[in-house]
Amino acid sequence: MEVLKIATAGSVDDGKSTLIGRILYDTKSLTTDKLEAIEKTSKQKGYDYLDFSLATDGLVAEREQGITIDVAHIYFSTASKSYIIADTPGHVEYTRNMVTGASTSQAAIILIDARKGVIEQTNRHFFINNLLRIKDVIVAINKMDLVDYCEETYNGIKADFEALMSKRDYQDQHITFIPVSALKGDNVVHTSDKMPWYDGQTLLEHLELLDRKDIFNKGIPRFPVQYVIRPKTEEFHDFRGFAGKVYGGELSVGDEVVALPSQTKSKIKEIYFYDKKYQTASRRSSVTITLEDEINVSRGDMLVKIGELPTIDKQFTATISWMDSQNLNPGNKYVLQHGINKVLAKVDTIHHRIHPDYSGIDEEANSLGMNDIAKVSFKLNKPIFFDPFKNHRTNGSFILIDTQSNNTVGAGFISE
Amino acid sequence: MREVAAQFEKPVLLFSGGKDSITLVRLAQKAFYPSKIPFPLMHIDTGHNFPETIEFRDRLVEELGLQLIVRNVQDSIDQGKVKEETGRYSSRNSLQTTTLLDAIEEFKFDACIGGARRDEEKARAKERVFSVRDDFGQWDEKNQRPELFDMLNGQIELGQNVRVFPISNWTELDVWSYIEKENIEIPSIYFAHKRKIFLRDGLIWSHSDYVYQEDNEAVLEEMVRFRTVGDMSCTAAVFSEAADIASVVQEIRESTISERGARIDDKRSEAAMEKRKQQGYF
Repeated sequence: MEVLKIATAGSVDDGKSTLIGRILYDTKSLTTDKLEAIEKTSKQKGYDYLDFSLATDGLVAEREQGITIDVAHIYFSTASKSYIIADTPGHVEYTRNMVTGASTSQAAIILIDARKGVIEQTNRHFFINNLLRIKDVIVAINKMDLVDYCEETYNGIKADFEALMSKRDYQDQHITFIPVSALKGDNVVHTSDKMPWYDGQTLLEHLELLDRKDIFNKGIPRFPVQYVIRPKTEEFHDFRGFAGKVYGGELSVGDEVVALPSQTKSKIKEIYFYDKKYQTASRRSSVTITLEDEINVSRGDMLVKIGELPTIDKQFTATISWMDSQNLNPGNKYVLQHGINKVLAKVDTIHHRIHPDYSGIDEEANSLGMNDIAKVSFKLNKPIFFDPFKNHRTNGSFILIDTQSNNTVGAGFISE
Repeated sequence: MREVAAQFEKPVLLFSGGKDSITLVRLAQKAFYPSKIPFPLMHIDTGHNFPETIEFRDRLVEELGLQLIVRNVQDSIDQGKVKEETGRYSSRNSLQTTTLLDAIEEFKFDACIGGARRDEEKARAKERVFSVRDDFGQWDEKNQRPELFDMLNGQIELGQNVRVFPISNWTELDVWSYIEKENIEIPSIYFAHKRKIFLRDGLIWSHSDYVYQEDNEAVLEEMVRFRTVGDMSCTAAVFSEAADIASVVQEIRESTISERGARIDDKRSEAAMEKRKQQGYF
């Protein structure tokens, strides 16, 4: 079945958890035991309605603070699709979590409180979804029940948001506005009778009609070799298979390919998926490929089609999202993981810090702190094979790993 | 799976005989075909398992030519490292943690592959695919590594180990549909069968020497099946007539009770799983 991953973002109290709880409730995805737990807790707390946010606020610490603090995954399905919601928190300090949640999503929901309208947080959420090139964004204007389902209020917020859209980098992003009340259930799963002036889809209707082919970013096929399979058995005596996942486009038997970094040419002989052979490996499938010629390919190498070479270089410039409490300074060294390849990277120059709310840049940025976003140049100890992020989401992104703590401390999107 | 085999020196697949770990074995077969699975399986045996599960485990290992390591909770009890629980709700489930951590140390495993899924339980919803544990096997949920795109950072220090959850993003229905599609054999207790049971707190308990039972809790014989398979003392059954995979899938699709709703261990308190995880449980 088709799987769609959606990132959600909203500020504290925008009702994000309530919205997710409402979707689960109206699609009958809440199980009896979970529903009972919600009813029980809502009653204990003295609420006169069901607190759906309890369906998603996971860890005890969060429940005590009454806010979500990390990326949580929520699952539900309809007859046509399986959905995964990556619930990310909306605080200023959690930019890193939003970037993380968005990095694996194909669609995003940005929540706006109808009483507050577009605020700084909204700009941030939009900025990050745009930076990560999420194809489909739903702007859900929530708490319409608290503004008497007023059309003017909705239109005003929509106009403010549209002003923001002119500043975005990634213009092909598809944006839809929907007036909702998560608490009362208006236009979430069921069409509301309170807003006859709105004739668009409900939130779920919109998600149901998203076409997978449209929202997965297409590109040039790239095949990073993850593992070399050499069974050394009687039956498969000379078998040398290159296992990995196909990104960007498809590969077929007979395709002329180049192995990087050696630049040796060969042809695809067979494509295996488990014990069966296939003619073509589609985008995002994990397969094992054998080649016509015996050439030297090992883990970390990449197979690409002839005439479609990526950039092979020891330096590049990227937009990075810094995620660690220790600052990033020029001259610092990190392990840079690009796909499955790890190289040593040195921070060459911090060009400028970018305000993730569209309010401009700091030219004088000497050091980056947690949640900063900036344009940075790197020098590497050996070349990697990359594409700009705008052409290839997978081959244009990387993570930075601290050499001492081994923690993932940053994410980057290659510009050139 | 391939990332685990490539990034770590000594990985192991934690195998319980349940449907999730059986699914993992199939995924591993696929990842390395035509080679054999390049790491062993390990079962932490509470000694209170369903005999059907153990029988199944041994047969699978034999057929696929895999290496199986078994470590027993009974040994940890005999060594005085853990104490058997007593009373109405006694179970060996939480005792597994000690045995597991000891085995990791004994074999110096640096990566343990497990079948946990994010949809099972709220605390599991925040797990990473690669989840780092410290020397004591503990999980620090506030200090997790962000996971971006498809990139898995498996760098660790000596003494740390990584728990790997390849089917993290699958739901219960996904697992069952996969078992149906791939025609994977699973232990018979997953299908409806006649069993001696008794009722307590609205749950169906197995009548067995391993399960504490009050004198006034009457033994019945009913058609039941299990949705999860763990220790006999912590796994409750459901009434069911679903005797084959297609009817099980149908039943799950229509069900309104969550899978772990039949796990007695989770009912102990609302934050039960999170507490166990911080101590080193899966």
